[in-house]
Amino acid sequence: MEFEKPLPLRTPTSVPFWEGLLENRVRLQQCQDCGTWIFYPRNHCSNCLSTSLEWKDVSGNATLYSFTIARQPTAPHFANETPQLLAIVELDVGVRMTSTLVGIAPEDIRVGMDLTPCFDRIADDLTLLRFTSAKAS
Amino acid sequence: MGLRGDAAIVGFTEWQHIRKYTGQKQFTIDQWAALTREALQDAQLSIDQVNGIVCSSIRETDMFTPATIVEYLGRPVNFAEHVDLGGANPVGMVWRAAAAIELGIADVVVCATPGLPIPSNPERGPIDPRRFFQSSSHKWGSPQAEFEIPFGNLAQNCGYAMIAQRYAAEFGYDESALAKLVVHQRQNAAVNPLAAFYQKPVDIDDVLESRMIADPLRMLEIVMPVAGGGAVIVASREIAEQCPNRPVWIAGCGEHLTMKTPTFSEDLCRSPVGPASETAFKMAGISREEVDACEIYDCYSITVLLTLEDAGFCNKGEGMQFIRDHDLGYAGDFPVNTHGGQLGMGQAGGAGGMTQVIEGARQIMDRADGRQVEDCNIVYVSGTGGIMSEQAALVLQGA
Repeated sequence: MEFEKPLPLRTPTSVPFWEGLLENRVRLQQCQDCGTWIFYPRNHCSNCLSTSLEWKDVSGNATLYSFTIARQPTAPHFANETPQLLAIVELDVGVRMTSTLVGIAPEDIRVGMDLTPCFDRIADDLTLLRFTSAKAS
Repeated sequence: MGLRGDAAIVGFTEWQHIRKYTGQKQFTIDQWAALTREALQDAQLSIDQVNGIVCSSIRETDMFTPATIVEYLGRPVNFAEHVDLGGANPVGMVWRAAAAIELGIADVVVCATPGLPIPSNPERGPIDPRRFFQSSSHKWGSPQAEFEIPFGNLAQNCGYAMIAQRYAAEFGYDESALAKLVVHQRQNAAVNPLAAFYQKPVDIDDVLESRMIADPLRMLEIVMPVAGGGAVIVASREIAEQCPNRPVWIAGCGEHLTMKTPTFSEDLCRSPVGPASETAFKMAGISREEVDACEIYDCYSITVLLTLEDAGFCNKGEGMQFIRDHDLGYAGDFPVNTHGGQLGMGQAGGAGGMTQVIEGARQIMDRADGRQVEDCNIVYVSGTGGIMSEQAALVLQGA
């Protein structure tokens, strides 16, 4: 039985993030009161609950905080991606996000390695933010 | 501050954990009643004495869960709590029961976790592919639905694997030490007739040769789903002193939550069980050195390693050495998961963590036939929910 891959359920709050990705830009919120960078998108600062948040462009450069190589699909929907290279990446502004690594052999993955963003246009109106080794690019 | 230690586990029941269940399937509410009946019998109490319940989700309803159970049991209560801490539920249930009893709003509280299959609905419609996401929320507005599921960051294996991978990068990794932990637990399970792996010990090579599921975690380091279930009765001092079983006093408890998805953990290698355990030990006025046995939530080998460190049984980064240095078997110098843990029992869904609570009580009651820890008086129990995101701890004490 085949399953369609689940797509992000975008919300009004996150529109600038997804629209930025369509233009190959990484956009994140920063708190105007305490300076904290925020991910995932929300309406209150994750440090001080301020509502003064501003969208800003960031480089998208990151380091690998941790990863795993899923040898069996995490769901049938992802069977064609096995082994899945799941990653927790830490952007240079300090926020972490979940993603997958592309263009890198599983045996070359190292915690702490430098990463650059990969804008994966999976539909006309949707780009997913994946990451690859900074050396490879 | 905290519990005075005036509430005790006075009885329990635990069902055989079975990989391929062929018995009768029962609705969760039926299982709840069956577990209640058996646990009360064990404590020699009657349903008329029950005036509190603590439950987790049941399959037959998404809301009004305690009322649904109370109605079925036919027994009005003064205290009805619904706990939503995943694998930490049983530990969370027991301390809430103790707190309600010490507040004087209940005297006898049932904490049950059914884990048998439920009957299949013949009218069931087509399979909803979202069921296979194994995610806690695929609803619109859920951060998980928007930022985790599309990348395939689903279920538990990968989250725990990423914790292990980070640990490896910070502190080094000895897969044979984690394999040794599994071997000890399987040895304990081998003498526990209720365990799915009864009489099925493994050796280090078996673990290291088992299939890699999500690097660096191998199949034998991951719990196997089984059918099972268990329940405990928590009662006031007045009642506990009249029950036939040796009372297992709830001397200390703690709980700590930090996030839902490991990506958003401040430090993946320092788990919430640290603060939870510190609270529990302080409350009990008991030191780590006084503990006779540890029943540590063990969905994965790495969970036990981090708990040993974060709960203060050894220093951060020294867990692998600690495992190499100690015999964790029931007759060893540092008994851990004397029933085999969930790695040895199998994990009966939400009942998994109840095996740790029950084994703690069983050891203190001196009822662990064939695997009894000598003079067992103080037991540390941990519960872990989500991906080490919500954790709780108990210090149980005989006298």
